[in-house]
Parts: sequence; structure tokens; C-alpha cells
Amino acid sequence: MNPDRLRYIDEFRDSALVRHLSHQIGNISRKHIHLMEVCGGHTMAIHKNGLTDFLPDNINLLSGPGCPVCVSSQRFIDHAIVLGRLPGVILATYGDLIRVPGSRSSLEKEKAKGADIRIVYSVLDVLEIAKQNHKNQVVFIGIGFETTAPASAAAIVRAQAEGLKNFYLLSSHKVMPPALESLAAGDTRIDGFIAPGHVSAITGYRIYQKLSEVYKRGVVISGFEPADILQSVLMLVKQIELNHYHVENEYTRVVRPEGNPRALAIMNEVFITVDAEWRGLGVVPRSGLAIGEKYAAFDASLRFMVNVPESLPSKGCICGEILTGKSRPSDCRLFSSVCNPFNPVGACMVSSEGACSVFYKFRS
Amino acid sequence: MTGKTERISLNHGNGGIYMNRLITGMFLRFFENEYIREQTDSAILRVKAGHLAYTTDSFVIDPLFFPGGNIGSLAVCGTLNDLAVSGAKPEYLSAGFIIEEGFNVVQLTRIVKSMAMEARKAGVRIVTGDTKVVNAGKCDKLFINTSGIGTLEEKHLSIGSGRNVKSGDKIIINGSPGEHGMAIMQARKLFAFKTSLKSDCANLYPMIRRMLASSRQVHFMRDATRGGVATVLNEISRKCNAGIEIDETLMPVNNEVKAMCEILGFDPLYIANEGKVIAVVDANDAEKVVVAMKHSDTGRQAAIIGEITNDHPGKAVLKTSSGGRRIIDELMSDQLPRIC
Amino acid sequence: MCLGVPALVIRVEGTEATVRIGAVEYQSSLLLLENVEVGDYILLHAGFAIEKIDTEDAEETIRLFNEISKMNEE
Repeated sequence: MNPDRLRYIDEFRDSALVRHLSHQIGNISRKHIHLMEVCGGHTMAIHKNGLTDFLPDNINLLSGPGCPVCVSSQRFIDHAIVLGRLPGVILATYGDLIRVPGSRSSLEKEKAKGADIRIVYSVLDVLEIAKQNHKNQVVFIGIGFETTAPASAAAIVRAQAEGLKNFYLLSSHKVMPPALESLAAGDTRIDGFIAPGHVSAITGYRIYQKLSEVYKRGVVISGFEPADILQSVLMLVKQIELNHYHVENEYTRVVRPEGNPRALAIMNEVFITVDAEWRGLGVVPRSGLAIGEKYAAFDASLRFMVNVPESLPSKGCICGEILTGKSRPSDCRLFSSVCNPFNPVGACMVSSEGACSVFYKFRS
Repeated sequence: MTGKTERISLNHGNGGIYMNRLITGMFLRFFENEYIREQTDSAILRVKAGHLAYTTDSFVIDPLFFPGGNIGSLAVCGTLNDLAVSGAKPEYLSAGFIIEEGFNVVQLTRIVKSMAMEARKAGVRIVTGDTKVVNAGKCDKLFINTSGIGTLEEKHLSIGSGRNVKSGDKIIINGSPGEHGMAIMQARKLFAFKTSLKSDCANLYPMIRRMLASSRQVHFMRDATRGGVATVLNEISRKCNAGIEIDETLMPVNNEVKAMCEILGFDPLYIANEGKVIAVVDANDAEKVVVAMKHSDTGRQAAIIGEITNDHPGKAVLKTSSGGRRIIDELMSDQLPRIC
Repeated sequence: MCLGVPALVIRVEGTEATVRIGAVEYQSSLLLLENVEVGDYILLHAGFAIEKIDTEDAEETIRLFNEISKMNEE
């Protein structure tokens, strides 16, 4: 076997397997159903691999608010921009956020104007930046759900252990369950959820219990390769055809029922849940993560008292409805003609795995 | 020897003694040929009657040195390749330097030596040039411009325009995309990955010469530089108003590029190259051309990756390894590491 | 939220592990994962090992998938 082959990735991209799963789905799927995926990675994988071609017409895939960039409020970007303009502040961010428009600017535009904004692969790289620039205040712009929040938490714990005094986090981290429940409660069309595999790797199964027990929707935790996604759709279709709703795990090679207790513990050590604004869903109670008192010294929103200007709503932008699967990108009158990857209006177009961006790039 | 690092100063660009020393001691010395020796304002060249291919390119890369090359080797190979993919035989180059005050002379020597070596290997002469030195901060260390002249035979005139491209023609690439861009990223040390990735910077003319000798049905060529293979495919489909179908399973793959792309969320089709060419060849000759390519170092992994089609004119479509299809869109902005 | 890649652990040094994805190496953090040993496969996300890959389960799934595909082709 080729030692350079990508183990546990390539095997799940096999075209014969994908075809077979597609046949199986076609064979048993009768009802007209709506399945929602709530993860940017799934949105990308589905469109990158043209997986909708493998589904029969009676299955409708909806894209939900699973892109942490898309659901971050405009105000959050504005806040980051204001911090970036303070003298001596270095901003660090994951690449996803750099082009997201705030009310009047974006981190990319600020960078072009001279702000010190650095893109990192790991939040731990930001600790290094802080150590190498001890005269500056280094602020990490934290986005992401339960997959990424523990990393930010671990960085803060380490920063404290090492006595780092110039590292801060501006948190827009969120947790999935309240948003999922809000979706299930509010939209009766959704028959089942393709649940985010890597969020689940951290949280385990329990966060989906209510969706199946109370709201009677199918839930299958899915990996990200084509075979994973189609297998998950197959499992959901079976649940729905049999009217037997429960939480299943397709991604057994990574996701355990209890999740990752250590990552959860670190997350809970540093963060408290607060109400948070989700673009498209409005304020969702107890869905955001803010730094708790113990580590308040690392909270950028406390350290820097700044005035964040009023956000300007974008006229005609229906990102909110698209994020909740109520509309398609093509339903938006701004789509393509006004709002496109060259001139994005809303976050759904800016984020590389936002529904509109993916739809625009991969349509065929 | 003073033991101090020798640096370029503004005097090296003012037309006086220091500039003269720099020119003779550095450029003339390494680019050595009968034209540049004359130090005339213009190199006077003898050319055959017929067509000339003429191209220019500027190089502003950061970092200046990277695995597989430096700004100098890029500057020579880049211009040689622009000539070669037009079907021309590269003959002469010019080299213009804009140097930031304070630039390290040892580094400049290394770069100039690389250029001389690449030119010599290619049998091409750097016959004229220019040197400017700007105040510190007015340019990012070193900018190089090269332009090139090549001779073009009548039978190869259509290659640049692609006017003979037709449905059924095969699309060929000489190797795996993404090596240069990922090697540069590696060299910038932004992300702490360890790979043995090297830029694919190379002179493609020897391989292209074999291709053109093996077939008279090479309908179009373009080198895939910034914007990657995806950009060239889109250019072809737009220019020729043709549809393109690419089969992902046929694309040569560098496994380290693939791994890095999986980790960072990049698509190799959009990553920069400096030694890759896309050729459009009549279906009957495609295999022959690939065989010819494989005789060259730059073509060992050559493969047919797709074809021109009547469907969806103006659009390039990829059939993925899992069997699904998607449009290969134009590059919007540089790819950045994502968490999603 | 999702870009995670399986990686092979080739060295463990305190709270870090050298992991390999194909031929690419990276120093991944183990701050979020316990009991990692050389030879384990972990899921690498944004610089952290966030979970272990159950390789037995993965191999079993792959084996099943292969059987299924072959059946379908016949």
C-alpha cells in the first residue's frame, strides 16, 4: 500500500460505493422529505462532490445554520475591526473570517489599510505571536462551535499557566443544541438532521436526544466523506420511512456516545453559556460561549472598552431565511447580480462554505 | 575583506563607479555572452525572417528563496515558459532589477548566478538589462522583470490563439498541480507543517519541443501559474467557447500537496504552479504526445485529464473521484486555511 | 467546524505529538486528548488532536463497504 495514501479518507470516496449507496437510497425512499445538514463542512462536501445528483427528487437537502462564520453577527465583525484599529493591537483569526463584511469594512480591508491582522491555522500559534510581541496586545477572534471552542479554552488555560499577559480572546463561540431545537420547534418541514460529525466528536450523542425524543425528528451523526454522507442519508430515510426517530451514529470511527470528556471539561472550565445573537435566528438563549470569571483577564471584550458603532442591516439580504433553510440562495433577489463572491453582501456569500457561496461556485 | 555584510547602496544605482562595478562584477560576469559584453544601450540581434514571440513578466515573490528555487530561477523559467507554450523557441532574454537599498550582496549574487545557470542550461542568452536602486522601504527587497524573444515557426502560429481547438480534443497536463504554491507557503513558515515539497519551477521548453516534434495537432497550450490549473481551464473554455470535462481520477497527484490541501481546506486546482502546462491536443495524437512528454524530466507524470466537449460551452466541469460532478469555477481570492 | 483530518501519531512528547498525514508532518497539541500513543490515529482539527480514530471500526466499515460495492458491480 502506498505509504503516502491518505488513510481513512480515500476509502470513503470510492465511486462504486457512492453509486451503490445512491441505489439503496433510491430503492427505499418513498416519502417526500426534507433533511437538514447543520455544518459548513457538510454543505461543502455535498456540493464539492456533486452529491445531490445521487439523491432522488423526493429528498430535499436543506442547508442550516452550521457555518460559524455565517451565523456570527455583523456586530461581532465590527467589534473585531474596532479592536484592530487600536494602536498596538495585533489581531489573529482563522482564515474563514477574513473576508466577512461588517457594516462598513472587513478584516481583509482593514489589513490592506495597515492593521496588523494575522491568519493562523491553530490558536496555539497566537500564543507564540503574543510571546514574540510582548509590547503588543494580541487578540484572537474566536469563532466556531463545540469542535473549536475547546481549542480556544485550552489556549487560555495555557496562557494563564505561562503567565502570558498580552493574549486575549474575543469570543463568538456558540453551541449547537439550542439552535437545533429552535429549528426543530419552528420548522415542521424538517424530517431529519444530518448531524455535524466533528461537533459530535466533542459533545457525544446527548445533545441530540431532545430532537428525536421531543421533536420527533431523525438524527444521524455523519462523517464528511461522500460515502459517509450518503450512508447517513440512507439511515435517515430508513428512520423516516419507518416513523422510528432516534439518534444514530454513522461516524462510529470518530464519534463516541460520551464524546470527548476532556475537551468538554476544558471548555466548561473556561466558558459560560450566554444568550447569543445568531444571524438569521435572532437571539438564541444560552447558545453562546463567553469567558467566565476565572479567566476574565483574557476576555478582549472586557479589556478593551470600545464603542462598536450601530450595525447597518443589509437591504434585501435574506441570509437569515437561507440559514434556516426556509429559502434557497436562488430565491434571494440579490443573488448573483448584486451579491456574489466578488461583492458579497451577506455572510452566506462570503464564507467559503456559506450556502450562497457554495451554490454559486458549484452549481452545474 | 572587511568582515561586514556587503549591501547594495543607492550609489549602486546612480550611474557612477559603484554601479559600473556592480554591473561588470555581477551581471556581466555571470550572464557572460557577446551581446551583454558590449554594454550597448540596446542589444543588436540577428533574427530569421518570420515571426517572433515576445513576452514580459515581473517577479515580486516573497520569500526570495524557497525549496526548489529563488526569484532568479523563477524570473528566467517563467519567461522561457511563456515563450515555449506559445510554440516558440526561446532565444534572448532581458533582465531588469529594482533593488531595495540595503539588500544583501551575497543573496543578490546567488540569485544572479541562478539566473545565469538557468539561461545557460536553456541555451538562452541574457543580452540586456537594467539596474535601479530605490530607497529602503520603496520596494520589497528585490523585484525582477524579464522579457523574452523567441522564434516561432509558421506551423505553430495557432497554438497561442487556440483557434483549432475543437470538441473531442484531449486535455493534457505534465504533472501534479499545486507544488509551487504549497512550497512557497512552506517557505513562509506561516503554518508549522513539515514537508519535502519543492517548487516545480522549471524550463518547460525541452519537453514542449518534444511534444511539438511528436505531433502537428497540438491545438493550444498555456502554462498554469497564479490561479492554478482551474484558471487556465476557464480561460480555455471562455476563449474557445467550449465546454471542458475533467476527470479527477486522471489528474496526477502529489501526495504531500494532497495532504496539505485536506488539512487546510485548499483545492489543488487553484494553487500556483511554475512548471505546469495544459495542452489541448487532437484525440488521435494525445497518447503520442503524452509518451513524448514522459521522456522529459518535467513530463514524467504527464497524463490526459479530460477533453473538450460541446456540452456546457464556456464552463469547465469536474467529475470527482466519487463520481459526482461540479463546476470548476474561476478563482475568486487566495485560499486561506479554514476551520470549516 | 469540520475540517478534520485523520493523522498517524509517530512521536509523543508531553502535551504534543508529531503526527503524519500522508508524508506531511505536524506538531499537534494533545491538550484536548488523553492516553495518546505512538501508532494511534487521531483526528487533527485546527492544530489539536480532538479524538482518536477507532481503527478497528474504520477497517471493519471499509471492509463492509468494499464487500457491498463488489456485490453491486456483479
